[in-house]
Amino acid sequence: MTEDMSGTPPHHGSHWYDAEAGPLVRPYAMTGGRTRPVTTTVRFDLIALIDLEEEALEAAGKEAEAFGPEHRALVDLCRIETQSVAELAAETDLPVGVVRVLLGDLVELGCVRVSRPVPPAQLPDEKILREVIDGLRAL
Amino acid sequence: MDSAPSDRRVDDALALKILIAGGFGVGKTTLVGSVSEIRPLRTEEQLSEVGTAVDDTGGVDEKTTTTVAMDFGRITIRAGLAVYLFGTPGQDRFWFLWDELATGALGAVVLADTRRLQDCFPAVDYFEHRSIPFIVAVNCFPESRSYGAHEVARALDLDQGTPVVLCDARDRDSGKEVLIRLVEYAGRVHTARLLDPVGTEPVG
Repeated sequence: MTEDMSGTPPHHGSHWYDAEAGPLVRPYAMTGGRTRPVTTTVRFDLIALIDLEEEALEAAGKEAEAFGPEHRALVDLCRIETQSVAELAAETDLPVGVVRVLLGDLVELGCVRVSRPVPPAQLPDEKILREVIDGLRAL
Repeated sequence: MDSAPSDRRVDDALALKILIAGGFGVGKTTLVGSVSEIRPLRTEEQLSEVGTAVDDTGGVDEKTTTTVAMDFGRITIRAGLAVYLFGTPGQDRFWFLWDELATGALGAVVLADTRRLQDCFPAVDYFEHRSIPFIVAVNCFPESRSYGAHEVARALDLDQGTPVVLCDARDRDSGKEVLIRLVEYAGRVHTARLLDPVGTEPVG
């Protein structure tokens, strides 16, 4: 790989997309063609954490049409432990955008809660960083 | 953290994001894999997001998307505290993905190969312009001539104080040390900003 190594700043020309960029995919058969979550109040950062609301899940589960198999797969994963959006996408082998749409459905039904994203330029306090450093050392 | 397992609250849980950047083939995947359980992640972007913004608020989405693969790994520090590593896509044209990745990131590791140092210029520029704390980790390939950290810092024209560390991305302990140096540095940068919000001098 010696090509394409010019080190020039990013510039999105018209030729950015080629075979290396991966396959072009039809938008989202699993989401009924939707590419954006129905909920607009929640932003699904890659490391946003998802928790289940069991009562709402139970209620929603009674409506047979509420979930597709992919929704259920997400719920099952969250039941094992709190998961991030990125982990859910990797585990289900679904593109992140699809997972965001599916999670949006679950948020709308009140079945999951999403952690607030860490605001940019704000850092956890020193104690947390110390914990992280100690934890890394102990790996 | 005294919540019972049956009462997990995501607001108590904390997830930190660290980016692993650098040129194609410099060892990003290797580094993520050596310190964490690595998994491939598929993300996808709509073509219209590239270049000048297309204002499309129509309800029908028939735009084509492209799939971009990247690596990510998780390091569990304790219950409710995890560090997520994201290997940024190596090709320059996927820069538009970085903005999302960089949002809220604790900091970044720019991996460098001394035989192709210029490959990491774009990443260095990116993080410098956005004031995201980063360190440069020189992945010491066996066949490459060894350079000192100072030489690399000078060659990259780094802001004073930006740490440069030598590492072996294949080695778990070495990878851990890189992450530790980054977390320490990010902590110092943020503390300095709190004390001197208008100051532009980087800390050493």
